[in-house]
Amino acid sequence: MKNKKRMLSLALGFTMLATAVLSGCSGGTNQSSEDNSSKEPTYGGSVVVGVQQDIDSLDPHKATAAGTKEILFNIFEGLVKPDENGNLINAVASDYTLSDDGLVYTFTIRDGIKFHNGNAVTVNDVKYSLERASGLLDGTALIGALKTLKSVEIVDDKTVKVTTSKASAELIYSLTVAIIPDGSGEQEASQPIGTGPFKFVSYTPQQNIVLEKNADYWQNGLPYLDEVTFKIVTSSDTALLELQGGSIDVYPYLTDSQKAEIQGTFNVKSATSDVVQALFLNNAEAPFDNEKVRQAVNYALDKDSINGFVSGGNGEIISSAMLPTLKNYYVDLNSTYGNTANVEKAKQLLSEAGYPNGFDMTITVPSSYEFHMETAEVVVEQLKAVGINAKIDGIEWSSWLSDVYSGRKYQSTICGLTCDMTPSYLLNRFVSNASKNFINFNSAKFDEIYAKTLTTTNQTDIDGYYKELQKILCDEAGSAFIQACPLTIAINKKLDGYKFYPVYVQDMSTVYFTK
Amino acid sequence: MKYFGKKLVSLIITLFMVSVATFIAFQIIPGDVVTSILGTEATEEREAQLREELGLDKPVVERYVNWMGGVLKGDLGTSYRYSKSMNEMMPVAELIGDKLPVTLWLAAIALVLIIVISIPLGVLWAHSSSKFLDAFLGVMTQGAMAVPSFFLGVLVIYIFGIVMKMFTPGSYISYHTSFAGFLGYLIFPAIAIAIPKIAMTARFLRNAMLGELKQDYVRTAYSKGCSKNRVMYGHVLKNAMMPVITFVGMIIAEVVAGSIVVEQVFSLPGIGRLLISSISTRDFPVVEILVLYIAFVVIFVYFIVDMLYRVLDPRISGR
Repeated sequence: MKNKKRMLSLALGFTMLATAVLSGCSGGTNQSSEDNSSKEPTYGGSVVVGVQQDIDSLDPHKATAAGTKEILFNIFEGLVKPDENGNLINAVASDYTLSDDGLVYTFTIRDGIKFHNGNAVTVNDVKYSLERASGLLDGTALIGALKTLKSVEIVDDKTVKVTTSKASAELIYSLTVAIIPDGSGEQEASQPIGTGPFKFVSYTPQQNIVLEKNADYWQNGLPYLDEVTFKIVTSSDTALLELQGGSIDVYPYLTDSQKAEIQGTFNVKSATSDVVQALFLNNAEAPFDNEKVRQAVNYALDKDSINGFVSGGNGEIISSAMLPTLKNYYVDLNSTYGNTANVEKAKQLLSEAGYPNGFDMTITVPSSYEFHMETAEVVVEQLKAVGINAKIDGIEWSSWLSDVYSGRKYQSTICGLTCDMTPSYLLNRFVSNASKNFINFNSAKFDEIYAKTLTTTNQTDIDGYYKELQKILCDEAGSAFIQACPLTIAINKKLDGYKFYPVYVQDMSTVYFTK
Repeated sequence: MKYFGKKLVSLIITLFMVSVATFIAFQIIPGDVVTSILGTEATEEREAQLREELGLDKPVVERYVNWMGGVLKGDLGTSYRYSKSMNEMMPVAELIGDKLPVTLWLAAIALVLIIVISIPLGVLWAHSSSKFLDAFLGVMTQGAMAVPSFFLGVLVIYIFGIVMKMFTPGSYISYHTSFAGFLGYLIFPAIAIAIPKIAMTARFLRNAMLGELKQDYVRTAYSKGCSKNRVMYGHVLKNAMMPVITFVGMIIAEVVAGSIVVEQVFSLPGIGRLLISSISTRDFPVVEILVLYIAFVVIFVYFIVDMLYRVLDPRISGR
């Protein structure tokens, strides 16, 4: 499809300025082979990263947008933080222990760790940060998952004891919450101070956010770069031009079609992102209140060809709400409906459900997400084959949030759910009375097993329950899950060291210029 | 003077109606500022807290009246979306004041380009008897007018930025940093804005002049023994300029109000881009003021055009 677009633009260019464009085409493509990453890292230099949206808050406890958290990851750290393999490593804490009943965490603060303002991190700062985020300070929990914290006590000047009201293996993932100086909550939104590899320099709304190297960073030898600018580029076409023109060095959201245009002049890398894409079906709306219809839709989809069309084959096909990268919890259910279309089965189920001639449906898609729009176009064609006549309704993001996500006034939608490292994050929204259950999934069996995960402390049991939950969601066809979307990044050939994370962050601390 | 007073009253009434219409539109369209700021992952407490912080828990009419009262006193309110410091939201006046110079300078450069190029071009076109030139300009202007501004912007970036390397796409320099660099970067988006407008104005001028050439006074002028140039510049252009002034007025209103698409394509932090992002985040106070600004610019420019008419054409003031 993009090739068509490109052809069109070239053809237009020809008629207008034939010679200029012609000479430009031959001059602009410097084909060279992919670089090896065996080059020597050097220190210094500055890098501009193109990001898609403006940030919502510089306050790490108040920021909620994924596009903001990916930037703040460079400024703030929690007691622990995720690494590129999806494990947690110690950050502000140098060590921690968990009591046998799973209720008390005892953290030791890392020796010599300092905030960006030069002050040493103290137990008071840790206590303040955790109390602020969990609502123990003023009753407003800024981070929902920390609501279960019961108390944060200072043991001595190196040790903090965190007590929770309910044992959960997942709580530790939420203790990645940013540690900020005691009492600094009010200032964070304008003058953020953390312990991360980069210090905040400036923020200009709609333009950029500038960070500089934290020379006192506790991880020896990091970061390499002196300065990182996150530049807000609203249109992906503009981003491509800016990459080619050299005003941005790193752009992490290439579409598959853009990839083809830029390969050769940039290093292009792909990995699975933390976004679960699905054709979400409103289980409370006819005809999707009928389980058989939902299953028919699942059979009708040819996920392999969707992956090929919109993800260039880099997506990972899924059939339930779990990321394949969360290896301990993920269960492969792709055999349930198959990765290719099963038109016969779909038609049979539709007849059984009382729709032998199919039906009309509307897919509401946030139109600013080109990826989901493209997917919708493919899905419409695939549904046609089983007699379902689907229509795409592209709406603006704010309207999508209020009508589809909060209001649940829709029939079906294609969108992506981002995830963090906790398995419950993707599954708890499908409990029938969950406030985020925007598909109105209603399964007594699912609710019952989910309740068990909350009361059990045995990790092996919990892993098993999560797998069962995925299976129920898949068998009862809560929605038609499609793929874990790929993330494709373009990096200046002079740069190396970029690491993909299973969570949505842009870690610039390991990026360096090669000699 | 009486005429001026009448215009002023109608200006105020129009602005008021525009502000009410914007307000009503914002009540009708789906989406609200809190969910658009916090996205899908916020806790309910946080949503409630933000709603209270922004004063959104008050009834809509009360909010509008408070806002209007502030505007009348010269306080344009604060943005819902952008904070300035320590839980203090960014005043709209400051937010727009920072972006307005970008749009105004862009408009100024584009206007200079439009006027300096289109008027000689239009005269030349009307003047010339060359069939080739006529056909060539006809095709070129038709083409320039037909290309969507988004595509034209991309094309300008591609040709001047990537092929000819005359500027680095996306390397906008703030006027705070370097004024020369700022203007240097703005030339290219200004070209993208100017191209279709030049084509339109030149065509318009040519047609107006060709219309005038058929008038009796032209024959009279020739029969008096005037040279072709004297007829063209001394008589025809003057008369043909009257409709062109209206047309240029419309263009001025358009570019000063913000070139939304071109600002997007060139990543310029002007008011057009601010308007788009404020609408999509439902930042009501910012949108209201921007819409009022645009309405004001349009009305004001038309008023000036009206005045110019009176100066240039004595027949009108008698009415």
